[in-house]
Amino acid sequence: MDNIQLLIETPPFALQLVIEGVLLGGIFALAAYGMALVWGVMNIINIVQGEWVMLGGFIAFALAQWGGVPSLFGIPVAAAALFAIGWLAYHTIIFRIVDRDLFTSILATFGLSILFQQLMNQIFGADVRTLESGLGSWYFFNSMVSISQTKVLGFVLAGVIAVVLTIFMRSSRMGQAIRATAQNARAARILGIDTDRVYAFTYGLNAAVCGAAGAIVVMAFTIHPYQGLIYTVRSFTIVVIAGLGNLPGVIASAFGLGIAEQYAGFTLGAEFQNAFVFLLLVVILVARNLKLQRRREVLR
Amino acid sequence: MSAFRKLTAGLAGLAACAVAVPATAADDTQFDGTITLGAAISLTGKYSTNGGHTKKGYDMAVDRINSMGGVEVGDKTYKLEVKYYDDESTPARGAQLAERLIQQDDVKFVLGPYSSGMTKAIAPVTEEHGVPMVEANGASRSLFTQGYDYLFAVLSTSEQYLASAVDLRAELARKDGMKPSNMTIAGVFENDPFSQDIRAGVLADAKEYGMEMVVDDKLPPEINDMSSTLIKVKATKPDMLVVSGHSKGAALAIRQMSEMRVNVPMLAMTHCDSAQIIKKFGDKAEYTLCASQWAPSLKYADKYFGEASQFAKDFKKRYGYAPPYQSAESAAAVLVYKNAFERADSLNKKAVRDALQKTDMMTFYGPINFDDTGKNIAKPMVLYQVQDGEYKVVAPTKYANADVRYPMPKWSER
Repeated sequence: MDNIQLLIETPPFALQLVIEGVLLGGIFALAAYGMALVWGVMNIINIVQGEWVMLGGFIAFALAQWGGVPSLFGIPVAAAALFAIGWLAYHTIIFRIVDRDLFTSILATFGLSILFQQLMNQIFGADVRTLESGLGSWYFFNSMVSISQTKVLGFVLAGVIAVVLTIFMRSSRMGQAIRATAQNARAARILGIDTDRVYAFTYGLNAAVCGAAGAIVVMAFTIHPYQGLIYTVRSFTIVVIAGLGNLPGVIASAFGLGIAEQYAGFTLGAEFQNAFVFLLLVVILVARNLKLQRRREVLR
Repeated sequence: MSAFRKLTAGLAGLAACAVAVPATAADDTQFDGTITLGAAISLTGKYSTNGGHTKKGYDMAVDRINSMGGVEVGDKTYKLEVKYYDDESTPARGAQLAERLIQQDDVKFVLGPYSSGMTKAIAPVTEEHGVPMVEANGASRSLFTQGYDYLFAVLSTSEQYLASAVDLRAELARKDGMKPSNMTIAGVFENDPFSQDIRAGVLADAKEYGMEMVVDDKLPPEINDMSSTLIKVKATKPDMLVVSGHSKGAALAIRQMSEMRVNVPMLAMTHCDSAQIIKKFGDKAEYTLCASQWAPSLKYADKYFGEASQFAKDFKKRYGYAPPYQSAESAAAVLVYKNAFERADSLNKKAVRDALQKTDMMTFYGPINFDDTGKNIAKPMVLYQVQDGEYKVVAPTKYANADVRYPMPKWSER
């Protein structure tokens, strides 16, 4: 309870927690967009999600470290590379599991995630890697509140991608095809949509957004080959809370999760930060179930 | 039939080659036999980096001992050899391989794997078969509370890692005319057995001095963000922050402390060198105090490698990078075996075990003397500080080659 006292005595720290939470939420949102998309369109729970983030981080790292290009340049390159990797993954493995049951898809993507962890471990070693973005921080209230510009960049990117995705889904030909396929794949095929192409594009797009997130993560935090799980679990939680095909919901729950995590870490101690996320997931699922039951009663 | 004959002739030829190769490759020294040490270490998987450091340490020492005449037992000289297996960084695989080394490969002496977790998996196997294991990379205190008779560790156990930092905090407080009991400590410890041992050590030492722990967070291993804990540190203004979270903890702490301007007069952590904080963070890593098992600047010496600095030079010449302490302690483990074989004057497992128990020797890595539980009680941990982009030993004062720079200036003034 001492910790809550601290927050009441010095409000700037409470503000700092909210800021950190929102910025962290931005990065989570980036990882979660694609999961919602792939889940909604292809009915696949993509366990390899976190590995796409990790791969993006390593690509940005390799580019800056060995290619000598500025760190920020890694964001578009990681996104482009991950689009290609996602597209390839679809044409080699994912296409086989699109129409299968959920268990098969979880197993297959889980296998992929182990594969990429080991692959990165072989190439880069198990060391923790990090990259300097070259950006600084803003400080307020006598340095009591700090805002990392790298994280702000991630936040802005999350916003921009959300807007672009919304417009893309509404007005582009491919976006419409994706929506049509999500509604009814069979009907879409009958009407001449090449659903295979739609799936490949959707999966590539998901990987690309994750790749961009990974490039931010390596500059704001650290990356190593076994880190994907954090982002997979967070994305999963966010998508479950928000529901499928609900982009504003994904953003809102990402921010909510970020802030909740920060406050839980501060007040309860870091050891409960994760436990709190899972507890939240359970509570929301139970609450939602109760709500559905009530609705069912009315129908009866 | 002729085809069959050709094939057998070919195979015989091949077999002859296979026999001929080791014969021609043999050293000038005439050995009467070979002592094979078995080691299952992580060559792939998440411990592969440090597993590699371990293997290089073993190889350095084995080659050095062989080139200096091998091991003399009775009136015979033996060549040392290590049989390696890759444990893939999984404890279950490690235990399996230990079983295989002992049962199938008939190995009578085992060298330790990398990490406490792997050592924990292998120790019951070696113990059951009465095979001695000298290990150099399992620091967890819990390894030495199980009553193992055949386990010996050359390194300092984990609860000692940051003890010298707490001592230094008290010493500096006295110098400033303050009571050590007025000092406060904030701690961030990863929630794994190794870091929790370190936490137990810090807590015990802090209690002894009457220091208060104002932050005591257990960071989940899968978390990639320390900000909520660091805000707490900012708010409670401790006199020292200790961080133990392997390479990830070290890297995150420096990155986020500088970014958020978390000011503390003293910062002590583990795994600075494996996190390469100097290379990654440059100026931001300055003033950081790092716990280490060993440093090349220490004045320890033995007849195989000379001084610690000479080992560092030889290692760098062979592998192209400065030796991390994981390599140094691994090399020391092999030296301990040689010493024990010669004192036991026998290759009997029990006799060697008894000789190991009585080990009292000096190595380039430090003094080695095992207590009843098998841990080395003779060698202290050292604390170094990042000063002008280099690690300088600052504590314990007896081994220091630089004065500690204190306090750490505010981030806004750096």
